Amino acid sequence: MGWFKRIKHGILTPTQEKKETPEGLWYKCPNCNTVVPQDDHIENLYVCIECNHHERIGSEEYFNLLFDEGKYSEINKSLSAADPLKFKDTKDYDKRIKATQEKTKLKDAVRTAHGTVDGEKLMVAAMDFNFIGGSMGSVVGEKIARAIDYCIKNEMGFMMISKSGGARMMEAAYSLMQMAKTSAKLTQLAEAKLPYLSFLTDPTTGGVTASFAMLGDLNFAEPNALIGFAGPRVIKETIGKDLPEGFQKSEFLLEHGFLDFIVERKNLKTKIGQVLRLLNSSKS
Amino acid sequence: MANYLEFEESIKEIVEQLEQAKELEEKSQVDVSKTTKALEKKLKDERKKIYENLSAWQKVQVSRHPDRPYTLSYINSITKGDFIELHGDRNVKDDKAMVGGIGMIDGQSVMFIGQQKGINTKMRQYRNFGMANPEGYRKALRLMKLAEKFNIPVVTFIDTPGAFPGLEAEERGQGEAIARNLMEMTTLKVPIICIIIGEGASGGALGIGIGDKVLMMENTWYSVISPESCSSILWRSWDFKEQAAEALKLTANDMLDNKLIDGIIKEPIGGAHSNPEEAYELVKKEIIKQLDKLIPLEADKRVANRIRKFSNMGVVNEGKK
Repeated sequence: MGWFKRIKHGILTPTQEKKETPEGLWYKCPNCNTVVPQDDHIENLYVCIECNHHERIGSEEYFNLLFDEGKYSEINKSLSAADPLKFKDTKDYDKRIKATQEKTKLKDAVRTAHGTVDGEKLMVAAMDFNFIGGSMGSVVGEKIARAIDYCIKNEMGFMMISKSGGARMMEAAYSLMQMAKTSAKLTQLAEAKLPYLSFLTDPTTGGVTASFAMLGDLNFAEPNALIGFAGPRVIKETIGKDLPEGFQKSEFLLEHGFLDFIVERKNLKTKIGQVLRLLNSSKS
Repeated sequence: MANYLEFEESIKEIVEQLEQAKELEEKSQVDVSKTTKALEKKLKDERKKIYENLSAWQKVQVSRHPDRPYTLSYINSITKGDFIELHGDRNVKDDKAMVGGIGMIDGQSVMFIGQQKGINTKMRQYRNFGMANPEGYRKALRLMKLAEKFNIPVVTFIDTPGAFPGLEAEERGQGEAIARNLMEMTTLKVPIICIIIGEGASGGALGIGIGDKVLMMENTWYSVISPESCSSILWRSWDFKEQAAEALKLTANDMLDNKLIDGIIKEPIGGAHSNPEEAYELVKKEIIKQLDKLIPLEADKRVANRIRKFSNMGVVNEGKK
């Protein structure tokens, strides 16, 4: 029948002849395959010029993007994970931590810093997904707790940038209880009538969604971010059907009433400034 | 017909011998009381021997024992039937995996809330295997607020393999529903006692698990993930569930040692399923004991203690300043 017969010969390029772009010079968008110079990509805040795909970025990029003149003070910088359970799967947890710290140059999956954003005082806690999937263990919980204490003491708002696969399994029930801990601390922030802005970025799932990420006075997200409690694979296995297009994406959550708005990265800073001014400017 | 786990085989044998002896007595009028007495002692010793040395994984199995009593059985026994079940979250529907209502215990009204599992295949489906949807958590919160209004203490019974990971659960905000409960339970003005009576799996358990006293029954587990799922994610195979159960430190003893719970409720020898009536009684006594301590405290004091307790959970390295 020959329907699938190869007609043109020789379209397979041998590996050694494939044209490779040198790393670090160009950015290829995983969504639309557009290639742009890396410098232009950074200039555009790691957002694809063609399709508006928001590339995942880390705490450093968010701090530089948000804080006025890129100036901020980081607090509790030296906190790092203990291994209270001496957890061992295919690898020892403490070795996994060390290796990840060396690889990422980060201490753990969240950094907390304060400064001014568009002229407004703000504490920002930003998660790093490349640190064990942005997973929440004791360090994440403790840093958020201390950041909230700092906000209460110094009367400033708190913003959480979530980017996490959920709780850190290697800290087992300790990590589960960080959900309780962070939520408990947020009640104190609320009691002090200080704003809590929850900014959800790709991806935000599991125990992070089921605790602080969903508890903002305002919840808002980057476009097209995966946000959910259960991961898509688990849900697919449970219901035995394919998931609808756009399921668990920011736009889906906005439509179902769990986000206040979606904000593009280029508008993030001015939007936060506006929100804080609107929340803090009542004369009554 | 009772069900037996694989490590309960020797118990099963003795129970069968005992039944045979009793049958013989009925048929032939022969006095076998000596034999039955000996067998009963043997049964007790055997149960004790096995249950004193359960591994973490075996405890997980006991927590899921098909004969183990579930939430409504506890409530009905503890309140002697003086209980009104309340339904619905007032928004979407009534979640059958999460039950609740007001009951009387020793002259004190209590709001009972808990996940409910089914006793047979049909009921298990009806109860969605004890996996609540967002409306279950919102129903729980509605009942807690009702309790707060009338100054009625809350007792939650936790027994779930997890919050339901379904399509509609996501549409209706499973994460938000659980998160909201964590925050609201933290500041609820009435006393809250949480008791893990079976499985305490992750956020689905924690969603009704913020209390002044969090207690685990002896043969239950509480952790961030089930040993099976942990095995599949970290070992990339389902075959390491025993190791995962050990590594997760999910038993009542481990949880108490790590100061993540406040106490353990002893079970009858051979587990709650071997003598449910005794299990109900032990749980009832513990609830009364804890309420006697919690009720006299000022509401603000209870809330402050609750916040402090959960804020202290976790172990970190301070590192260089």
